[in-house]
Amino acid sequence: MKASRIVITGVGLTAPNGNSLAEFRANLLKGVAGIERIEIRYMGQQLAGVCHYDPLRHQTKKEVRVGTRAGSISVYCAREAIADSKVDWAAQPKDRVGIYIGCTEHGNVETENEIYNISKFNYDTKFWSHYHNPRTVANNPAGEASLNLGVTGPAYTIGAACAAGNLGLIHAAQMLRLGEVDFALCGGVSESIHTFGIFAGFKSQNALATHADPHKASRPFDKARNGIVVSEGGCLYTLERLEDAQARGAKIYGEIAGYHVNSDASDYVLPNPVRQAECVRASIRRAGLEPKDIHIVNTHATATPLGDIQECEAIRAVFGEGCPETSINNTKSYIGHCMGAAGALELAGNLPSFDDLTVHPTINVDDLDPACALPGLVLNQPRKVAKVDTILNNSFGMLGINSTLIVKRFAP
Amino acid sequence: MTKDECKQVVLDIVADIAPDEDLSNVKPDVRLRDQLQLDSMDFLDIVMELRKRHSIEVPEADYIQLASLDSCANYLTPKFNALSAKS
Repeated sequence: MKASRIVITGVGLTAPNGNSLAEFRANLLKGVAGIERIEIRYMGQQLAGVCHYDPLRHQTKKEVRVGTRAGSISVYCAREAIADSKVDWAAQPKDRVGIYIGCTEHGNVETENEIYNISKFNYDTKFWSHYHNPRTVANNPAGEASLNLGVTGPAYTIGAACAAGNLGLIHAAQMLRLGEVDFALCGGVSESIHTFGIFAGFKSQNALATHADPHKASRPFDKARNGIVVSEGGCLYTLERLEDAQARGAKIYGEIAGYHVNSDASDYVLPNPVRQAECVRASIRRAGLEPKDIHIVNTHATATPLGDIQECEAIRAVFGEGCPETSINNTKSYIGHCMGAAGALELAGNLPSFDDLTVHPTINVDDLDPACALPGLVLNQPRKVAKVDTILNNSFGMLGINSTLIVKRFAP
Repeated sequence: MTKDECKQVVLDIVADIAPDEDLSNVKPDVRLRDQLQLDSMDFLDIVMELRKRHSIEVPEADYIQLASLDSCANYLTPKFNALSAKS
């Protein structure tokens, strides 16, 4: 059976440094980061990437009050992606639309809030919110989008730690190919900055970034990097089978060329460069390409001392010295780690390279760690290149889940 | 507390749980559900806020008493007054 070609026809996003692809991309090229200090319960001021989209653009005040932050981000991104795709949404059969949203975690925010709430009432559980269950079910972010959009097709989340953003796209491509849906909204979201637990957890792991200047705090590959900046965000795409997109004359951002997902099966938190390299190689093979054909590698690197080195080891193993046209960059240096949204957002930030032939850099590298020195690493300044036909996006997560997604320039 | 004051207490709660609604012309004798976008979860919010803000308990069997502003006032005013007599 010949697999359908799957194309990206719309992008909706909110990132700590932009609420549309155009704004996000402009800031990536200008070197504008989006990290600030916020108050975290029990912990005081912490560095975080905060999104500043207007929730009331697509939701009522009541929807915002009743729902979750992850749900709100999903609604915003989904509505923006649909508008960007220029699909006739009113005429779109809603039972043939699928919503597939990657999440690192969901439910911690509301659970922490409710425990804090009942602590003010001597832990009497009769003050526990009746909204707790609908807010904390794992499908909440996708479910809120389905409610807002009137989508009656499948709508659910995909839990895949910080690989989840890629998984949303991969799963949507699979569902479109299977004919389960005709139109997909997919990607990833994160509300993680609203839970103290994730900050405290990383701090206990000695993996939470600190820096006097918030915008300099997330610095993958720099010798002085000292951990992760936790961020919220979201990015959802509209995906369609090529023939459907062409039939309606849609703008095509790129085509899903290949992907792979595997597991380390080696540690709860430590990455495994051997399995990461296997994942990258398998995605390239599935795309019918060779490493030298990849023009941009967007790294997952989160600025932990060990994790960055291990990903570089994996990249070195795959690309070596024989890929002169391969540029390598990192988006977390601007926006921190958007968790379940990371893969989807970081891919989006690179998609315009197909048109402007410019690779956005990894910023905040004042002193490159020799262990992270890779040929093709684009540091601090954008790089003009002769050709961008392929973008490879890495996203890895805890419990050893690895995902790689390759998008190629659309050529009929 | 007068019945009018009691109605205002309920309206203040409704304003928070249904922030998109215009409450300037709520008819006291008409069911809240028939004039405002309120669902069963919102009524649970009214019950919860009465509990949190005013230490008023409304048993499930009495939820029907919260149907309109008038029925709220008839049902809740004695409860508010009993509470203030105690304190």
